[in-house]
Amino acid sequence: MAQAINKPAAGSHGGHGAGHGGRHEEHHDQEAMKTFGFWLFLITDVILFGTLFATFVVLRLNTDGGPTGAELIELNGIIISTFILLTSSFTSGVSVLEMNKGSKRGLILWLAITALLGAAFIYLEVAEFMHLVHEGATIGTSAYWSAFFTLVGTHGLHVTVGLVWMVALMLQLSRRGITPVTKRKVGIISLYWHFLDVVWIFVFTIVYLMGVM
Amino acid sequence: MDKHNIHAPESHGSHGGSMKSYVIGFLFSIILTIIPLVVVMNDMLNKTATTVLILLMAVLQFLVQLIFFMHIRDEEKPRFNLMALIFGLVILLTIVAGSIWIMTYNTVAS
Amino acid sequence: MLDKLKEFASEFFVTGDPLILGAQVSIGLSLVAIIFALTFFKKWKWLWTEWLTSVDHKKIGIMYIIASLLMLFRGGVDALLMRMQLAAPQLEFLNAEHYNAIFTTHGVIMILFMAMPLMFGLFNIVVPLQIGARDVAFPFLNSLSFWMFFFGAMLFNVSFIIGGSPDAGWLAYPPLSELSGSPGLGQDFYIWGIQISGIGSLATGINFIVTILKMRAPGMKLMQMPMFIWSVLSSCITIIFAFPILTVTLFLLFLDRYLGAHFFTLDGGGNPMMYINLIWMWGHPEVYIVILPAFGIFSEVVSTFSKKKLFGYKSMVFALMSISFFSFFTWAHHFFTMGSGADVNAFFAITTMLIAIPTGVKVFNWLFTMYRGRITFSTPMMWAVAFIPCFVVGGMTGVMLSVAPADFQFHNSYFLIAHFHQVLIGGVVFGYFAGLYYWWPKMFGFRLHEGLGKWAFWFWNIGFYVCFMPQYALGLDGMTRRVNTYDFDMGWQPLNVISTVGAFLMGLAFIFQVWQIAHSIKFYKKEKDGDAWDGRTLEWSIPSPAPLYNFARLPQVRSQDDWWEEKQRKAKGEPAKPLAPLEPIHMPKNSGIPFIMSACWFTAGFGFVWDWKWMIVLGLGGVVVCMLARSFSYDTDYYIPVDEIERTEAALRGTK
Repeated sequence: MAQAINKPAAGSHGGHGAGHGGRHEEHHDQEAMKTFGFWLFLITDVILFGTLFATFVVLRLNTDGGPTGAELIELNGIIISTFILLTSSFTSGVSVLEMNKGSKRGLILWLAITALLGAAFIYLEVAEFMHLVHEGATIGTSAYWSAFFTLVGTHGLHVTVGLVWMVALMLQLSRRGITPVTKRKVGIISLYWHFLDVVWIFVFTIVYLMGVM
Repeated sequence: MDKHNIHAPESHGSHGGSMKSYVIGFLFSIILTIIPLVVVMNDMLNKTATTVLILLMAVLQFLVQLIFFMHIRDEEKPRFNLMALIFGLVILLTIVAGSIWIMTYNTVAS
Repeated sequence: MLDKLKEFASEFFVTGDPLILGAQVSIGLSLVAIIFALTFFKKWKWLWTEWLTSVDHKKIGIMYIIASLLMLFRGGVDALLMRMQLAAPQLEFLNAEHYNAIFTTHGVIMILFMAMPLMFGLFNIVVPLQIGARDVAFPFLNSLSFWMFFFGAMLFNVSFIIGGSPDAGWLAYPPLSELSGSPGLGQDFYIWGIQISGIGSLATGINFIVTILKMRAPGMKLMQMPMFIWSVLSSCITIIFAFPILTVTLFLLFLDRYLGAHFFTLDGGGNPMMYINLIWMWGHPEVYIVILPAFGIFSEVVSTFSKKKLFGYKSMVFALMSISFFSFFTWAHHFFTMGSGADVNAFFAITTMLIAIPTGVKVFNWLFTMYRGRITFSTPMMWAVAFIPCFVVGGMTGVMLSVAPADFQFHNSYFLIAHFHQVLIGGVVFGYFAGLYYWWPKMFGFRLHEGLGKWAFWFWNIGFYVCFMPQYALGLDGMTRRVNTYDFDMGWQPLNVISTVGAFLMGLAFIFQVWQIAHSIKFYKKEKDGDAWDGRTLEWSIPSPAPLYNFARLPQVRSQDDWWEEKQRKAKGEPAKPLAPLEPIHMPKNSGIPFIMSACWFTAGFGFVWDWKWMIVLGLGGVVVCMLARSFSYDTDYYIPVDEIERTEAALRGTK
């Protein structure tokens, strides 16, 4: 087996790909390919949430004589968390702009702001769930609440995973700076974040707004 | 890193965009969130009209994020990202609408 | 202390059945034997560095195929046990519970742990070679996919000796599969086994789409791809849209069982019919996922062994892609009897009939490819030819089932059983066997014994018809699926006996195949020329088995069936393409993370099954650590230097 040759340009992947026009092209292709792969993963996540939405919509009236969403949901907190998440989608975009300018500090700063907003969102969601449980609505209360907690919770879980990932990425950025690999990583996490924002818009509309109508 | 990578025209869905496009997108998304809120909180329209309106706003907001934040328009040909997305949305609609259709007329259990 | 241990063991292991006891003892003994052999021959390190941590698509493919053949054995034994029980009325060979467990595991294993991995194995071995690439797009993810499948399959399989088998049918309809209907642990093994391997399948789908779209050899346009590549693409597209639905559906069932949610329960406002609706949204595309690559294999085989270009390339591409799209619009035909009204049933009956059209188109394409071709009947070709009549009959009975009013008669009868076995064995299994025989020399560098292969072929085919044709008649006579026995006065015995004989003929066929492989290994004869069948596509242009990097130089593709055209040009005396200088080849490094991470998933799944919190935390924690470890590792690749490539190539080609 050949001895490993570590390229100084961190993580120049590729070469086992179609790349054949010098190393620069190679890792460009490789990183673009990973972004495309991630995009396909997001599409599968669209289907995942679509199935949860379908379940929620089908079961929305099945409260089994228990509390309904309209009775327990407090829209004010939800409105706040909606705007928090919207803003974080924007700030994650700003971090990409900073990256394109080549500013490592700006990139990490705006990523940190995004992560803090995300953490605030999760905090509000946990508070909301605790309030609901306190009011007597748990995942086992009725089909409606099962679907509610699963749909909203799955989104929350995605945000939480994004947070862990973002922190890990900030550490890598501070250590390695802006390289083709970290650029790609920032690119896909910002895609992920925008995607979660879009999912939330539909959660907000279908679960909350239509729930209190 | 070198210039070529930073200003690469082939920004694969995430690297492009300018401050202007992000600000416009942000403003749009705030407006598109406030409209349904106001309509629902004040019971301005009847139920069907409200439902249609707020779903429409959500779809518009999705498009805003897609265009201004995810830069779907910048993709170079062949547009595999866009194709995958459209196919995904068709299947998504099939799952949701199909489930509602089948389960609404389901007479065995309710 | 000892009493406690005994009590635990009696809950932990399945006890009280001599068949299962026998299985437990033999599994235990083989495990000991394997561990002993590995230690005695000092092969642990070799196993770890060469196989378990390998990210080489060829090795991963071989591991998939070995696993799937083992699963074929287990699923096949299940089938034979069932046929023995049904051979005569009122037999008590298997009791009702045992029978339920066996038909459940037979279905799950054959579809998810036999057909899927056999398919993925062929994807892995063939796709990069056929498109002129050096690996798949994401080799690390590819290894992860395999190990997720493997550990998922193992989690499912241990259930019959530890904790108890699932017994609520292969799709586990609630309310039977809910806690109220299945309080045992089998159903939890089912959920986690499938869930874990399902994540692997999803990742494979993404991996191969990117590989095909982004890693083709320079010059290869989409419309010049081999037909197998098109079929893989259409299958993978179907995978990435269908598998998330399965993930969610099983997850919801898990929440019902584990957290007391009410998605599909009878109380609390749940709706079991929603599960049936959701699972078939995955389940129907799933059957197309496994059949589409078989269509691709037939296209390759028929074209190669007829020495002709595939007839109607464009129509074939169109047919494959439209099947992958329309497969998402027919799911409700699996539950016409659910009572969703005439409109729903009419819609889905029509879509079901429509999807038969592109399938029919392909049959004509193959027939016209063979027409006036110079046909050689080697084993791969025999399977391809046998497939056509079998699949046509299976398809026709499918159209019969799609007529919604008639389906009320056929539903859940042996007519249905005969139909889907005919398309799954006649289509999928025959197809993958054709592929396995066709690409075997490419995988291992030696041919399989043709004579024994022909014996296996005839036993399989005759056994198939003897087994399943009577089942159509049994279905029309009113025999329903999943009955463990029947009365003397039903008059079903003669046909059942015939069917059982057929099943054992197929069992014999499998033995012939094992013999064939063993014989060919014993009388190993190196296949010197990489081009075993005078092939048409790029994989035949390199030595067998392919070197680590596949292609020393990436091929420059000019046309469809490029290797064939190249050989034609050579025969005419035209000058060969000028050889580009060799360059160092960039390769991914092996990694142990996929194996460890999948083992952690297994641990977490096992913990969920038994509700051992510490084990869940341990498993999921391990998963997170593995993911972070991967994210932080930047040293994931290396270069093969030119002189090493030269040495390897000289060794491989020099003997020629």
